[in-house]
Amino acid sequence: MAIEHHDYDVLVLGSGGSGLRAAIAAADAGAKTGLVCKSLLGKAHTVMAEGGLAASLGNVAPEDNWSTHFQDTMFGGKYLNNWRMAELHAREAPDRARELERWGAVFDRTPDRKMSQRAFGGHTYKRLVHIGDRTGLELIRTMQDKTVHSNVDIFMETTITRLLKDGERVVGAFGYKRPSGEQVTFSAKALVVATGGGGRIYKITSNSQDCTGDGYALAYEAGAEMVDMEFIQFHPTGMVFPPGVAGLLVTEAVRGEGGILRNNLGERFMEKYDPKRMELSTRDVVARSIYTEVKEGRGTPHGGAYLDVSHLDSDYVRRKLPSMYDQFMELAGVDITKEPMQVGPTCHYFMGGIKVDAENGETRVPGLFATGEASGGMNGANRLGGNSLGDLLVFGRRAGEGAAGVAAKVENVSIPQDEIAAAQAEVELFLNGPGTENPFQMHKELQTIMGDGAGIFRDKEGLTEAIDKLESLEGRVGNLKSPTNRIDYNPGWQLCREVKNMLTVSLMIARGALMREESRGGHSRLDFTAYSDYWGEHNIVTHNAGDKDMVLTPTPVAKREELAELVEARKESEKAS
Amino acid sequence: MSETMAAGGTRNLQIWRGDLTSGQLVDYQLETEPGMVVLDAVLEIQRSQEPDLAVRWNCKAAKCGSCSAEINGKPRLMCKTRLDHLPADQPITVEPMRAFPLIRDLVTDVSWNYRVNEQITPFTPRDDLPEGDYLIDQADTDRMSEFRKCIECFMCQDVCHVLRDSRLHNKYYGPRFMVRMASLDMHPLDGVNRLDQIADEGGIGLCNITKCCTEVCPEGIHITDNAIIPMKERVVDAHDPVMKIFKRGSGEAGRKKPPPRSADPEL
Repeated sequence: MAIEHHDYDVLVLGSGGSGLRAAIAAADAGAKTGLVCKSLLGKAHTVMAEGGLAASLGNVAPEDNWSTHFQDTMFGGKYLNNWRMAELHAREAPDRARELERWGAVFDRTPDRKMSQRAFGGHTYKRLVHIGDRTGLELIRTMQDKTVHSNVDIFMETTITRLLKDGERVVGAFGYKRPSGEQVTFSAKALVVATGGGGRIYKITSNSQDCTGDGYALAYEAGAEMVDMEFIQFHPTGMVFPPGVAGLLVTEAVRGEGGILRNNLGERFMEKYDPKRMELSTRDVVARSIYTEVKEGRGTPHGGAYLDVSHLDSDYVRRKLPSMYDQFMELAGVDITKEPMQVGPTCHYFMGGIKVDAENGETRVPGLFATGEASGGMNGANRLGGNSLGDLLVFGRRAGEGAAGVAAKVENVSIPQDEIAAAQAEVELFLNGPGTENPFQMHKELQTIMGDGAGIFRDKEGLTEAIDKLESLEGRVGNLKSPTNRIDYNPGWQLCREVKNMLTVSLMIARGALMREESRGGHSRLDFTAYSDYWGEHNIVTHNAGDKDMVLTPTPVAKREELAELVEARKESEKAS
Repeated sequence: MSETMAAGGTRNLQIWRGDLTSGQLVDYQLETEPGMVVLDAVLEIQRSQEPDLAVRWNCKAAKCGSCSAEINGKPRLMCKTRLDHLPADQPITVEPMRAFPLIRDLVTDVSWNYRVNEQITPFTPRDDLPEGDYLIDQADTDRMSEFRKCIECFMCQDVCHVLRDSRLHNKYYGPRFMVRMASLDMHPLDGVNRLDQIADEGGIGLCNITKCCTEVCPEGIHITDNAIIPMKERVVDAHDPVMKIFKRGSGEAGRKKPPPRSADPEL
């Protein structure tokens, strides 16, 4: 049976911020561009970004500049960042912010009518361009409208289950349309993975249900390298109650606007952990501090810390944090202008990801590009708040242009029939195969394993056990089967491939975490609590050496001679303080 | 803190199951937890009882607008509606939005909205802007921001009787896109004269201000009062021959006609 087919120069997977920006750039560069997304347009996880977009415009703090932003990013990332990516991000974020405004984005203003900027953890100056606490929605909506007027074909609610290769080259993708179950193939001279992160491998997460690490798994299977997958950002402040919303994000802007953290003794405990930066310390530090307070018996009734803005003017709180006010009022029955919130760490962001060329997002696989949270390197061991929105704009544009550039040099691509047949066989097996494993059940098991063994604090024993359990899941994943075999909007079918993806990603994380014998940024080992000089110079690069053979290789950090002075200066000044 | 939050207990849900050809409300019993929202209940039923129950959702944080449904007959976000805020002595009904074609169960085909949006000329800066940073007042930002809070749940479209009952999808863009037009029209640096589109293809005249849309907006946008009524007034002024003489061009100075648009988006 013939299946629906489309040809593109550039095919972008994912319609969050990085995917939209890549699609706009590719179309601008003259490429015939397609955009595929698992959900409806405008619903991607970027809509949930709240605090802002870090860019050294200097509108509020005129002394700000790209080199300080670069230094802050490197310090936040504990110097494991790809230096060139951190540099490009810091240099180009201001132009990307201005560009959004020229596309119609509306941000809060300074008294002299320029884009306003707010303070955020780890940023030396007030740097985050924002609109209330819904900056991500503004980005998505602005770029969504730009995209639909940029001659980009959009395929909504279409799930990609495999990248298709011709020899070494990625030449397209296979998937199905969720509402009808109809299969579809795309050929692409260049393909951009912009599928975001994989927070759904944890039960407590701020991530949308779409964040199942699809792009990591697809690119890994296609031969791309991953970098530093062990670094997971647990955002310090997620809701802890009621149970149904546990993990839901409480924006860092609450602390940026003056929110105070206390334990059940009323102590402002950040004085113990980071007296200099207090509540606006980097996210890894604040998350571990809250976790420690709770573990040592100083937590709130629902197992978190108190986060209080009730000392601030109540009108100001409602104007600056409107969606936080609504969220607590509606879901928890708490008026944040009068009483404290209860918050605890929640899985928020993957610093690691597909290893790419800083300049254009190219992976080591010909024809394959990656950007945004799906790619790794920019954020090192820990991401600063506000740097993800900058990241997806700066590198989304670069990947879109990069892909268009490569596509222009490729004459024609053709998809081998056996690639399509293999992809069809896989989705067919999930639907009508002999398997007996329930994907909903296996997803729960996976989340428990990751939460128990590879969560915010890790050790050799727990990680080894987690890896054993994950490997036993790996033996069962081939038996995944949707509980029903209908093809129209079948959530179980959808989850089968997602669980497979999440399992692959979980193995990368747990194995990387076991290998990295130190504590750094978003990776904390109870049995190796200090920084290691060796690991401070090495990323962990993971690739697929064939059938279930995952190879992890310590690889020296990609440095740049001309930036060494800036990095050393920052290291010195940190030592001095 | 909300220690008093009502405990769970068993609840009865009636969920609409079916497709375009047929369907009915089906009863489900569920053991609930404190603080549970309707989406939690629907997903638990999907996980444990009805694995092929079709439901669209994403963020579960009232930020993406995917999980719109009619709960006890009223459009609401499933992720933002707590079970313990609904009457305990009667079943909770969950049905798909009615203004759009059904795909299956709780999922509807909302693609018409995307086709409408494509018809709207995007923000286009005025020709006469000086070089350098855009300068905009916070007051203008606040005014536009109300409209830009929209999460595109399309519940205002669902409840608008012009669309829901009269099915005039090819004559009226609906409240969501009146809000979008308002956010563009009120942008101080936008260079497009949008009044003709608002009046003609947009069909603003079909709205007779029943404010149903405003009542269901999960973002609390004053759709009727702040978006539709002011635009209706400006459309009337622009088309009034007397007003034209006295107020010619007021507010539209420096704004140009938009480029031609394609056909009416059909449902």
